[in-house]
Amino acid sequence: MSKLRVVHYINQFYGGIGGEEHAGHKPECREGIVGPGMAINGAFGDNAEIVGTVICGDSYFNENVEEATKAVLEMVAKLKPDVFIAGPAFNAGRYGMACGAVSKAVAADIGIPVATAMYEENPGVDSFRRDVYILKTGDSAAAMRTAAPALAAFALKLAKGEKLAPEADGYFPRGVRKNVFVEETGAKRAVDMLIKKMKAQPFTTEYAMPQFDNVAPNAPVADITKATVALVTSGGIVPKTNPDRIESSSASKYGTYSIAGVSDLTEASHETAHGGYDPVYANADADRVLPVDVMRELEKEGKIGKLYETFHTTVGNGTSVASSKGFAAEYAQKLVSAGVDAVILTST
Amino acid sequence: MRLELGNILIKDVQFGANQGVSGGILTVDPAKLREMILEDDRIAGAVVELAKPGESARITPVKDVIEPRVKVECGEMFPGMVGKVATVGEGRTHVLKGVAVVTAGKIVGFQEGIIDMTGPGAEYTPFSKLLNVCLVLEPAEGLKPHEYEAAARMAGLKAAAYIGEFARSVTPDSIEVYETKPLLQQVQQYPNLPKVGYVYMLQTQGLLHDTYVYGVDAKKIVPTILYPTEVMDGAILSGNCVSACDKNTTYHHQNNPIINELYNQHGKELNFVGVIITNENVFLMDKERSSDWSAKLTEYLGLDAVIISQEGFGNPDTDLIMNCKKIERKGVKTVIVTDEYAGRDGMSQSLADADPLADATVTGGNANEVILLPPMQRVIGMLDYTDKIAGGFDGSLRPDGSIEAEIQVITGATNELGFMKISAVEL
Repeated sequence: MSKLRVVHYINQFYGGIGGEEHAGHKPECREGIVGPGMAINGAFGDNAEIVGTVICGDSYFNENVEEATKAVLEMVAKLKPDVFIAGPAFNAGRYGMACGAVSKAVAADIGIPVATAMYEENPGVDSFRRDVYILKTGDSAAAMRTAAPALAAFALKLAKGEKLAPEADGYFPRGVRKNVFVEETGAKRAVDMLIKKMKAQPFTTEYAMPQFDNVAPNAPVADITKATVALVTSGGIVPKTNPDRIESSSASKYGTYSIAGVSDLTEASHETAHGGYDPVYANADADRVLPVDVMRELEKEGKIGKLYETFHTTVGNGTSVASSKGFAAEYAQKLVSAGVDAVILTST
Repeated sequence: MRLELGNILIKDVQFGANQGVSGGILTVDPAKLREMILEDDRIAGAVVELAKPGESARITPVKDVIEPRVKVECGEMFPGMVGKVATVGEGRTHVLKGVAVVTAGKIVGFQEGIIDMTGPGAEYTPFSKLLNVCLVLEPAEGLKPHEYEAAARMAGLKAAAYIGEFARSVTPDSIEVYETKPLLQQVQQYPNLPKVGYVYMLQTQGLLHDTYVYGVDAKKIVPTILYPTEVMDGAILSGNCVSACDKNTTYHHQNNPIINELYNQHGKELNFVGVIITNENVFLMDKERSSDWSAKLTEYLGLDAVIISQEGFGNPDTDLIMNCKKIERKGVKTVIVTDEYAGRDGMSQSLADADPLADATVTGGNANEVILLPPMQRVIGMLDYTDKIAGGFDGSLRPDGSIEAEIQVITGATNELGFMKISAVEL
């Protein structure tokens, strides 16, 4: 079997170019092994070989992320690697950010296994642990002796598609939830956990609570009688027959439909795709969820400027927060560019 | 209250005119069962089929699963529903262990589940290990979904009581005894052990999302206290059509594993003094009131710690977190049992609400994880709704009869009473 081709990313310091005074160094590509690549390559043995090293100054990278990433990607792609590694960056913040960003870009663009390594307080960990595998290292280059072979071994495991687990393999958890079959029922685990908690003994929760982001409300609409108001719903109201087949739960998309000239949603024209509530009343009169009728009255009475002519809709039932955020980020831009001043967001 | 559960281990179930239990074999006459079900004019047709472990059979859309039992002494079967209102949880109850009545029908179309008796899907449901007497129920013309639900619910309960009756004079293979005394006596029985309760959240999110307590729609209750044995003896019954993976069927209520595990430690590591039932209503005022009350009752009972279990997901996540933080603020330690909706890729946040006080969580797994269910030789029920059921998507049902869907479609897969040996880890 031929050796796997590996490309290695390092900064100007480990590239032997110089310290902080050379941090503005632009990306360059060298054939073969440079600096810490030696120890990593040694650990690869006959399995893999570093065929090229990309070097970039930390300041240059972080001040020119887009350009630098593009340049690095081109250099990496030319070398046709099977695997990409970056660092270790230890506790060097800008280096860690660069290792994370290039690793993420290589994974997304070239689609090969990538791995980097750094210390837990490196800002690169928080920024990129969800995107790429980041191995845990000590906080300084003194840890290179253990970090280099660990990175090599991990990269090989990754390339072989072996099963990985954060604790066993020493990487930062990536926030990916995966189901597992276990020895005991959930009920037994719960009672065991409670007994430990009562005795003030250490226990491990099976799901660490996330930190929620809160959105500060916007300032009130200055003059609602002149405002264009849009309707958006997670209540699943769609034109009859659900033309875009929005799922009844875990929606993978949202729909955009015209209500130009429509003053009332009826049993014949609209229905709900939502699988989380009894649909009888929404199907009989979809205005109950998406209040087009009332909005038209307000429009006629001059209480609002006008009702925006299209509405966006999805199903909130079991739909992941990440999907919801993605939908909203997209249609919010559409609403803004269409000159919408305010949105009424209805749920169920 | 002292309850004796007499388990009669059933090895096989068969159809036959000579109904009863003999030598571990249960014989049921499908014609008699049908006749009884069709007495309700809301039901136009009923097909009775058997599904056994290992068979290439798929039951869908599943509404409820019920364990056939009979009250041999003290109380009524399914009080307030099938039997008269009478307090249960005392005396002797006989259980046909290993058997279940499964009701199926397209009530709402997208809120019923799948039970596979073999293959990868079978690993995700406890009901693949049971001998199932399946009732596929067809509604009378023009019947509204909620009326159909009520009719199907009653048909299942009546059938379970009917079959359970065969156990009345059979000698049980084993007898389990469970006892919780009146509060003051119970506290004194184990004065040195921590006093532990169980906060049991019941699905009550609206029409077709109902749970019944002694026949009362739990939407209309304020949190209250039960002896654990009442739950074990049919006080709580499922009446809901929600995502299959984390709804508690009547079988789950009858065999609540949290109650079982707390009894296993009763008098050893803890003193299990009682169950607080509460609901999951959708109005904020109701959520605030019910969580205030569940917390108040933990204080009133002098509890040191509780387990809180959820039913459903999304909206009830807020009830779960309200209960957890209000109870923790009373100085009562909590463990919560929930499941996750982390997206098909597992990368989204798992719950719709969270709080740092919820520091001890057990998960039944990520309901969004996708599974491929191979075709089965026999379908009990119908596949028309597979693309639409919660957890299914356009193209879920493939031409060869296989189904690619989220495990959300499988009845009991991520159960939040901790019924399954499934968890989730972060990779």
